[in-house]
Amino acid sequence: MSTKTSMHIDPYERNWMIVSIVLLLGFATAIAVAAFAFGIQVPSPEQRVDPRTVAESGPWAEPGLRELSPGKYEAYILARTWLFQPREITVPVGSKVTFYVTSADVQHGFKLQNTNLNVQVIPGQVSKLTITFDEPGDYNYICTEYCGNGHAAMFGTVHVTP
Amino acid sequence: MSANTYQLSQEDKKFVGLHIFFAVLALSIGTLFGPLQALEHSGLDLYPYLQPLFKSYYQGLTLHGVLNALVWTTFFITGFLTLVVIVGLKRELRYPKLNRVGFWTMVVGLVMAAIPILLNEASVLYTFYPPLKAHWAFYLGLTLVVVGSWIEGYGFFFTFAAWRKENPGVRSPFIALAAVITMGMWQIATLGVAAEILTMLLPWSLGLIEGTDPQLARTYFWFTGHPLVYFWLLPAYISWYGMLPKQAGGKLFSDSLGRFAFWLFFLLSVPLGFHHQYVDPGVPAGWKFLHALLTYSVFFPSMLTAFTVIASLEYAGRQNGGKGLLGWIRALPWNNPSVSAQLFAGILFFFGGISGLANASYNVNLVLHNTAWVPGHFHLTVASAVTLSFWGISYWLVPYITGKKLLNEKTATWANWLWFIGMIIFSNAMHVLGLLGAPRRTPLGLAPYIPEEWSGHLLRVGIGGSIMFIGAVLFVVTVARTAWSKKAEPAEVEVPVAEAIHDPQDTPQWLDAFKPWLIGTIALIIIAYGPQLVDQIANISLNAPGGKVW
Repeated sequence: MSTKTSMHIDPYERNWMIVSIVLLLGFATAIAVAAFAFGIQVPSPEQRVDPRTVAESGPWAEPGLRELSPGKYEAYILARTWLFQPREITVPVGSKVTFYVTSADVQHGFKLQNTNLNVQVIPGQVSKLTITFDEPGDYNYICTEYCGNGHAAMFGTVHVTP
Repeated sequence: MSANTYQLSQEDKKFVGLHIFFAVLALSIGTLFGPLQALEHSGLDLYPYLQPLFKSYYQGLTLHGVLNALVWTTFFITGFLTLVVIVGLKRELRYPKLNRVGFWTMVVGLVMAAIPILLNEASVLYTFYPPLKAHWAFYLGLTLVVVGSWIEGYGFFFTFAAWRKENPGVRSPFIALAAVITMGMWQIATLGVAAEILTMLLPWSLGLIEGTDPQLARTYFWFTGHPLVYFWLLPAYISWYGMLPKQAGGKLFSDSLGRFAFWLFFLLSVPLGFHHQYVDPGVPAGWKFLHALLTYSVFFPSMLTAFTVIASLEYAGRQNGGKGLLGWIRALPWNNPSVSAQLFAGILFFFGGISGLANASYNVNLVLHNTAWVPGHFHLTVASAVTLSFWGISYWLVPYITGKKLLNEKTATWANWLWFIGMIIFSNAMHVLGLLGAPRRTPLGLAPYIPEEWSGHLLRVGIGGSIMFIGAVLFVVTVARTAWSKKAEPAEVEVPVAEAIHDPQDTPQWLDAFKPWLIGTIALIIIAYGPQLVDQIANISLNAPGGKVW
C-alpha cells in the first residue's frame, strides 16, 4: 500500500488551479468593492410585523408616500394578492425615496424596473430599499414571485416628474 | 476488457430498469408542459384548451418543475448509482431488500405528491414557498421521496462498508466512492427540507398549527436547495470522469484530482444556501456575503472538473489519432450518441457556469434575482449538463439492462442535436429577458407591463422551447423502442468504466477516507449556518396563515 500523502499534479493542472483561484479572488474583490466602497448592498433585516394585522394598524394601514423633508420621501408599500397598495406614486426628479415593503398574505417580489432595487417580500418581514431618482420617467415595480392566480397582473408605477 | 466488468444480476438489472422507467415517465409528462410555457411567452397560450383537465399555467409549471427537476433526476440518479456501486465495487448490494424498500417508498411518495398536483390542490411550484398552502399529501409525498432516497443511500453505504472490510488496504474504485460521496452529501443536505416540512409545513397543512414562518422556511429550503443542484450534477460528473473517457477511447486523466473534486463538493455543497436568499429581508447582509465567498469556493472543484474532463477527452482524441492544438476534438467519437449527448452537456454547462457565477455574485444578483435569467441559467445546468448526460447514459444503460441494441442511434443523435440547438436559442433568450427585467414564473402573455423591446426575445423562447420538445420526444421514443419494440436486436453491452492513467493505488489515503471530510463538512456547516439558524429558530413566528390562492 502506498504511503504517499501528496497528490500527483500535472504542471498544466497546477497552473490551471492557480488561474482558477486568482480568477475567483478577483471576482470576490470586485463584489466586495462594489458592496463596501460603492455601497451597492443587498437587503438586511429591518423589522418584523404581524402579517395578520399589518393592513389594519400601523404605517401599512394607510400605505403611500410621505414627505420627510424637501426631496426626501418614504414610501410604505403593501403587497397583497394581487396588487400593490398604492398602485402609483409620484415624486419629482432628484428625490430620495426609501421603500418599506411588506406582505399581508403570501410571498411577493418587488422589483423596480431599470434600477438595482429588487427584493423578496415575505409576510412578517419588512423589506427596506433606498434609491435616488436621477432620471425622470415611469418606473414600474412588478411582482417577481409567484403569488397565485393574479400574479402576472401585479404591478405599480413610480412617476418621476421633471 | 469485458472480463473486467462485473455484471449485474438479472434481478438487479430489472431493479435499475424500474428506476429508469419511472424517471423517463416523469420526464415525458413533465416535458409536455415545457412548450406550453415557452409558447405562452411567445403569445400562443394553449392552456385554455386544456380545461378542465389542467386549470392553469401555474399548475402546468408545477408539474413541469416537480416531475423534471425532482422526479426525473432523483429516480434516474438512484437507479444509475445503484449500477455504479455494484459495477464499481464488483460485488452485490449488501442488503438488496433495503434498496427495494427505499425504491418503493419513493414510488409511494411520488404517487402521493402527484395526486394533489393533478387535482390542482398543490399548484405551488417546485419550491413550494409557504404560505402558499398545498394539500398535506403533497408535502408527505415529497417527504417519502426523500426518505426513500435516504434508504437507498443507506443501502450503498452498507455495501461500500462491506467492500472495505473485504478489501483492506485497497483504494476504493473511483466511481463507487464518488457515488457514495454523492449520497452522503445528499443525506446532510436534505436535513433542511426535512426540518421545513416536518416541523412546519406538514403540521400546518394538516391544521395542527395556524401558520408558518415563511422566512425560516426559505432558510431551511435553501439549506437543501443548492446542494440539490450538486445531487443532480455529481452523477453526471461520475459519468464524465469515470465513463465518458472510456467511451471516447481514452482514460481518466487524474484519479486523485477526481477524488479531490468530489470531496470538495462534499465539503462545500451545503454551507452556501444564502446565495439564493441575497434579497431576503430576514437574513443579515454579512451572512449573505460569507455565503457568497463560499459559493465562489465551490466553483473551484467545478474548474478542476473542467480541466480533468477536457484533459481526459484530449487524451482520448489523441489516442484516436487526433493531431494539433484542436484536432483531437474532431477525433472524438461524435457519431456515438452517448458521447455526443455528454459533449453537448459539457458545452452548454460552460455557459451555465458563467451565468451561475453572475447569480452567485452577491450584489450583481440584484439585477437578476427572480428574473427570467434564473430559469435560463438552470436550463443550462439541470436541463442540459444533467439531463443531456442522463440521456447519454441511457443510450448504453437501457441496452445494457434490456440486452438489446439501441433503437436507434439515428433518433438518439437527432434528439441530442435538437435539444442542444433548441437550448441555445431558448436559454439565450431567457438570459437576455432577465437582464431586461422580465420576471420568472410568470405567464408574460397576461402581464400588462411588457415593453415592446422584449417581444423578439419572447418569440425566441417559444421557438427554442418547441425545438427542444421535439428532441425530448425523440429521446423518449428511442429508449421506449429499445426497451419494448420487437424490432430491437439482442446485443451484448458492457458498462463503460474508464481506467485512470496513474494507478489509483498511488492516490493518497486522505482522498479515500470519509472521516476528515465529514468532520470538516459538519464544522463548516456549523460556522456558516449555525448562528443564523439559532437566531431564526429562536425568533420563530408562526403567524403567516397563508392559503390556497390559485
